[in-house]
Amino acid sequence: MNNYITAVCAIKNGKVMINDKVDFTNNAAGSDVDFLKSVYLHYQVSYPKFYKMDSLCKLAMVASELLIKTNKITERYKSEDIAIVIANSGSSLEVDTEHQKAISDKVNYFPSPAVFVYTLPNILIGEIAIRNKIKGENTFFIFDKFDAEFMSSYVNSLLNSNKEECCITGWVEFYDNNYEAFLITVEKNKEGNLNITNTKEELTKLYINQAQLAAS
Amino acid sequence: MMTELMDKLKGEIITQLNLEDLKKEDISDDSPLFGDGLGLDSIDALELIVLLEKNYGIKIANPADGKKIFQTIRTMAEYIEANKK
Repeated sequence: MNNYITAVCAIKNGKVMINDKVDFTNNAAGSDVDFLKSVYLHYQVSYPKFYKMDSLCKLAMVASELLIKTNKITERYKSEDIAIVIANSGSSLEVDTEHQKAISDKVNYFPSPAVFVYTLPNILIGEIAIRNKIKGENTFFIFDKFDAEFMSSYVNSLLNSNKEECCITGWVEFYDNNYEAFLITVEKNKEGNLNITNTKEELTKLYINQAQLAAS
Repeated sequence: MMTELMDKLKGEIITQLNLEDLKKEDISDDSPLFGDGLGLDSIDALELIVLLEKNYGIKIANPADGKKIFQTIRTMAEYIEANKK
């Protein structure tokens, strides 16, 4: 049974791409975190908790926000019918490193609880789920690189088993001055503007397209 | 003295808790920090405990005391005044 990629949001290299088009660019931001803040402000996302999140969650939060705004899945599906399946390679290393620094100074030993709570990559799924009241199945994978074959097959299996009607899936990475979000929605029916069949080949093509747009 | 301390505390809380939407003048001396006031959560409460220890050398021995101490900016400042080393 075919399932369809109905929308895509990618954030990389100072650009936000929605449904295969560059929608926002800011190459003047002082840092990657400043860039994410500029995206948050540009799209008028109103969620003060954004400022408390670590960089990985900030990236996932704004990308999912724009994706959901694009095809309104939370209005079209019950909260328990939407799954979230995301992967990356660096886990939560960015914030792990920050926490490690805080606990290695035995004299000035003040680890931050607000930093510690983000030292797991699947927290980003929790942040998306809380923000959008999504209650479907959720899973986080760690791979060396984006694995279109696994991700398309896993999500198709999830939808074809009738456990879920829709899935937010993709790749969210933030580590060592390298950030990349590539999130898509996959649905059983052609409900969006893209309507690309969710296969390894089509997903690979879409992923490469976003990278090329970001580099252009 | 108390006014200065409360002003300093507001700045420290904004920084420590990443309340980037807020300015010092948005936080009143007597409004609740949790619940309907600033809307802080349980992780913020832990950060406030760390803030007291890091910036003022005050350790809260009994966590149950936190509810009274962190009621408002004023109650925090009064506790610091009475316990600072």
